[in-house]
Amino acid sequence: MTVAQDPAMKRPKRGSWRYWFAAQRGVLVAVAIFAVMFAVYGAAQPIGMSADVVNTAVNKGALLALVAMAQTLPVLTGGLDLSVGMTFMLANCLASAVVSGSPGMTALGIVIVLVAGLLCGLVNGLIVVYGRLQPLIATLATSAIYFGIALAVRPTPGGDINGAFADWMTRSTYAVPSSAVLLLAAVVLVWLPYRNSVLGRSIYAVGSSPQAAYASGVNIARAKLSAYTLAGLFAALGGLLLTCITYSGEARAALGNDYTLNSIAAVVIGGTSLFGGFGSAIGSIFGAFVMRTVGDLLIVFNINPVLQPLFVGVVLLFAVSLGSLRLLRIRNKLDLYR
Amino acid sequence: MSERAPGPLLRVEGVSKHYGGVRALEDVQFACRAGSIHALLGENGAGKSTFIKILSGVVQPDTGKIELGGRPMAFATPGEASAAGVSCIFQELSLLPDLSVADNICITAPPRRFGLIDKAGQRRLASEMLARIGGEDIHPDAPVGELPLSRQQMVEIAKALARNPKVLILDEATSALTAGDVAKVFALLKRLREEGMAIIYISHRMNEIAELADDCTVFRNGRYIETFRAGTKTDNEIVEMMIGREYSSAFPPLGDTMRAGSPALSVKNLSWAGELKDITLSVSPGEVVGLGGLDGQGQRQFLLALFGALIGVGGEIEIAGKPVKIGSPKQAKSPELGLALIPEDRKNEGLMLPMTVRENLSFAALDTVSRFGRVDRAKENELIDEIVRRLAIKADGVDGPVAALSGGNQQKVVIGKWLMTRPRIVLLNDPTRGIDVGTKQEIYQLLRQLAAEGTAILFYSTDYDELIGCCDRVAVFYDGTITRMLQGAELTEHNLVGAALNIGTPATEQKEAAL
Repeated sequence: MTVAQDPAMKRPKRGSWRYWFAAQRGVLVAVAIFAVMFAVYGAAQPIGMSADVVNTAVNKGALLALVAMAQTLPVLTGGLDLSVGMTFMLANCLASAVVSGSPGMTALGIVIVLVAGLLCGLVNGLIVVYGRLQPLIATLATSAIYFGIALAVRPTPGGDINGAFADWMTRSTYAVPSSAVLLLAAVVLVWLPYRNSVLGRSIYAVGSSPQAAYASGVNIARAKLSAYTLAGLFAALGGLLLTCITYSGEARAALGNDYTLNSIAAVVIGGTSLFGGFGSAIGSIFGAFVMRTVGDLLIVFNINPVLQPLFVGVVLLFAVSLGSLRLLRIRNKLDLYR
Repeated sequence: MSERAPGPLLRVEGVSKHYGGVRALEDVQFACRAGSIHALLGENGAGKSTFIKILSGVVQPDTGKIELGGRPMAFATPGEASAAGVSCIFQELSLLPDLSVADNICITAPPRRFGLIDKAGQRRLASEMLARIGGEDIHPDAPVGELPLSRQQMVEIAKALARNPKVLILDEATSALTAGDVAKVFALLKRLREEGMAIIYISHRMNEIAELADDCTVFRNGRYIETFRAGTKTDNEIVEMMIGREYSSAFPPLGDTMRAGSPALSVKNLSWAGELKDITLSVSPGEVVGLGGLDGQGQRQFLLALFGALIGVGGEIEIAGKPVKIGSPKQAKSPELGLALIPEDRKNEGLMLPMTVRENLSFAALDTVSRFGRVDRAKENELIDEIVRRLAIKADGVDGPVAALSGGNQQKVVIGKWLMTRPRIVLLNDPTRGIDVGTKQEIYQLLRQLAAEGTAILFYSTDYDELIGCCDRVAVFYDGTITRMLQGAELTEHNLVGAALNIGTPATEQKEAAL
């Protein structure tokens, strides 16, 4: 069929800032909350905003940021991944065993850790897509399995990591923390290309309306598989960074579960819809930093750290209620329950 | 560019499709030529929707073959159908609400640079497509979910065209469009026909079909009836063909003539959110008033509005002569108002499937069998026994899960649940959809019994036989309002279909001429 050129056709429109802002509003809100909190933190900090202070803050935040990036992908498809924390921990234990020795061996070890993460994610994806299990229960089960493997790899805390590599990953160069560079690399080299590929866009399609996506000819199985698999990769990157910070591996159930739950909170603060279809891994990074900065703020203001969960909860509620304002527009009460 | 094959471009033979025991399509044939517009006609449930779902790969036929350009085709997914050149504009839009207009239009095959989506190229392509169909006002970056329905429909059309189809299917694609848009889309369809596209056009608007179609095919009850050149049959002949002459079910005799006295329910100028417009209707005690018309003309919303499920309903509602405001289903079912709504979607809105028959039956009436928040089991059992007997619910005891019952018995539980509240006004939303003939008969009997006891009944059904057989009067809905009230001798299938399509029938034309 030839495309008949309509003489009255207007010139193609340029992109519009209005729509760009609307699409990024979740991210922008998270960035704004973080900027305010971090500014207050820096000002209140007795030693000021030195490179060391920033480096420590970014290192801590980057761990949750990577796990939150992992969580974002399944959430965008309308699912959830309760195993990201355990994948993170499995990667930590594995890294404490294999990322050492000569530069060549270290590099091989890094590859092993990342591939293990990809495999964990792929298994989740296969179960969700072909086993047709609900993501919640499927990943709850695999999270126990991954924790079991982590325990087998590292029954007691310990292990080691290539010191030069760990040092290089956790220091600052010209006041730029390496962990920030790692995050930037994850965004620029993995997230953005994925988000702008047909595959990446199909996860938004699936999360937005699975029926419409299917009727439009979107490959739903491939979309979900890619989302869960990539989640495994991001979680493993986080585990690798954790090993660089602690120089050891440890399989502790409470830690993994903590990261899983905090990752969901970070995703929500970052403006991603838990119903799927809307949001961004970049928002989740800032969501994670907001979560971490709450703790730091409590310390500089000499508030009992025991209260940290309470304040995190308040911040979370505040961020979530911004998202439910749309319910005020509903006119058919049955729609509230759909 | 599509080559003009000597035979039909698309040929379908012997296609059947069953859903469980329900026949949706039986041995259907169809053929359409390149460079023509082919109208597909039939009333609700004739199988049109199933047919185009098969053509577009959304569902797979049980038997039969499809040929495109002489080659046999089997579409396992919509993606395969669209790759082979069959694009469909669905009645329920297949748009992704969170994605932008451009993303939607180029969803499966966007322009790419270095393997990534070329945003600028995609925006350009989307603008071109929108301009072609006359939707220049739509910004390609706007999220589709925020557009009004008429603009969404234009995006849906642009999306189908962006795939360069050989066969384009439009399923009620103009139902939400403004008159100006319709004219633009029609001009485009005619141009596409010149370019050699085969277009299958489904619409309930006879004037559109008269303007566009080259050929027409009629389906009825899941069967192929006839194909003919457009213009060789009158509207009346087409309507006859759509309804056929077969009556499948018998109905109990209607009650005596309407009772005098104040109406049980009276509605004046009811409207809601642009979907219901100025509805005025009253129902007397002991009267069964049907809601007719094509599916989706506001009948469901009307019942929901009466039952307090919609927010922002305008107009006046009176019950037994007293003006009332119905704010919630809880208020609607209270003894003061005495309303009951038997929902259409029994699995989601009617029943708690894993719970027992007993629990389901007494849910709506818990207030009447409990004191100080404690359920009086003896009283509850008494009521339940009565209802189970009255409706002849076949269940092995009332303590098994309702999910284990057959569809017909489940529907009886839904009805029984609401009868337990002893309602004075019963609203039924297509209660016989997908249940067996035997249970249907029992439901008809029950309706007449309730009416004889003085209950006022509003009965929405997509089955015209049912409306004629069960109702004293039928209010025909079109575009969110009541366009005709049929009763007595006027209440024929012919008039119902004519009114549903909003075309004048000879009877009214004569009457108007006589006035």
